[in-house]
Amino acid sequence: MSVAVFHISKKFEKFPALWDVSLEVQTGELLALLGPSGSGKTTLLRVIAGLEVPDAGQVTFAGEDVTNKSAYERKAGFVFQAYALFQHMNVFENIAFGLRVLPRARRPDSEAITKRVNELLQLIQLEGFEKRLPSQLSGGQRQRVALARALAIEPRVLLLDEPFGALDAKVRKDLRKWLRHFHDQTHLTSLFVTHDQDEAFELADRVVIFNEGRIQQIGTPAELRQNPTNDFVRSFLEV
Amino acid sequence: MRAATSEGRVAKYLLIAGLVGFISLFLIFPVIVIVIEALSSGISFYFSTLASPHSLNAIRLTLLTALAVVPMNTIFGVCAAWAITHFNFRGKSLLISLIEIPLWVSPVIGGLVFALIFGRQGWLGDWLYAHDIQVLYAYPGIVLGTAFVTFPFVARGLIPLMQSQGSAEEEAALILGANGWQIFWRVSFPKIKWGILYGMILCNARAMGEFGAVSVLAGSIEDRITIPLQIEQYYLDLDQGLPRAFALASVLLLLSVITLAIKIGLEWRRLALTHLVRPR
Repeated sequence: MSVAVFHISKKFEKFPALWDVSLEVQTGELLALLGPSGSGKTTLLRVIAGLEVPDAGQVTFAGEDVTNKSAYERKAGFVFQAYALFQHMNVFENIAFGLRVLPRARRPDSEAITKRVNELLQLIQLEGFEKRLPSQLSGGQRQRVALARALAIEPRVLLLDEPFGALDAKVRKDLRKWLRHFHDQTHLTSLFVTHDQDEAFELADRVVIFNEGRIQQIGTPAELRQNPTNDFVRSFLEV
Repeated sequence: MRAATSEGRVAKYLLIAGLVGFISLFLIFPVIVIVIEALSSGISFYFSTLASPHSLNAIRLTLLTALAVVPMNTIFGVCAAWAITHFNFRGKSLLISLIEIPLWVSPVIGGLVFALIFGRQGWLGDWLYAHDIQVLYAYPGIVLGTAFVTFPFVARGLIPLMQSQGSAEEEAALILGANGWQIFWRVSFPKIKWGILYGMILCNARAMGEFGAVSVLAGSIEDRITIPLQIEQYYLDLDQGLPRAFALASVLLLLSVITLAIKIGLEWRRLALTHLVRPR
């Protein structure tokens, strides 16, 4: 499913976080939002998810205007920076949460929930970890549980906020590969926020470079390296 | 280095000795006095005092008051803490300060304010009289005064707790489709339940012991006064008043000890749980 934002602006207090941002994400694309901290990339991700209301502009999912729809109605999967796993629930309950809170009419029975959670546990290679609490997992395992939890509701788009930010280098590399592989198989439209250039360039089909609330340039990694359009992009990418 | 540490050690023991001495003098000694004095006229006198209508009424009214006030202030405290930590609005820090007012003003003032509103000469006096509703010198007045004095306890403990936890888990629940009710009961409540219980215990302890506000609102009508006021009534009675006052005081003491035991029990349990959860 395609995602687009048109002329989005958003202010916090008096500080502009986003300024007239427009962007289209193609169906099945894996897109990176890259920029220094405070550049507005996370705010854009939250606006797309429906966690922030923009002051101006429009968000569309598959051509349909969702600007005034709730986060849940949009059916976006979101992976939070520090994972935001439910600390008092075990891995199974964390993943099952999105299914358990469905209205009764649409809620799967417990057998179907168990089946779905087991499928996801297999996908993230954490079978046998159902009963563990988040505090008993490593960083990489928590990250994968957060991903499975987001996928349980069968989202139309996957949004990841600094997905590898809190992990050590080795786990980071492995998870990067895993995510690319996962994306190649599912072609789920995905956006991820990062401040790490290597990560963005290695993983994404296209990269969007942010600074001071504005999009500086959009392009494939090769295009960006060959034709940086302004000084900021040139110095940020050190080309 | 040695001099520094040995000096530190001397200071340490002096401070600890001072602390123990202070606690003994101001907390443990009075407790012992209460027990000794309560039993000074004999066991049978002690129990007949407690079984007297005055004492039983006071105990009943105190428990009924706590029963009304603790749930009231728990609901208020949770709502207030939720609103303050989940929403941004103008005057938020002022509101936090306002919640603490009962800690800053004398309880007697709180009592007087309610007397001014609900008394026969007060703003609502004529209306209440016309409808035959008695607030002052009755159960509703006592509940009001006690609620005023104890209302910060739950909110004050929860606000910093909820602020430190942030709202990432709530946002995650929201995006997974949970409604407000589900978010509260499945995500927020489990994180703050110990904080709520702790606040309730504190609120309860304070509610049962409240004197100032209640003394204004309950007046001195017998049969409509709480334990602390009845203790004073006994105390002022020249005929064997002292042992009676101490006998009833021992009941208040017992209630406090029970409260304290529950609190310590909860803290141990909580500590044990956090250690279980964090093996690494």
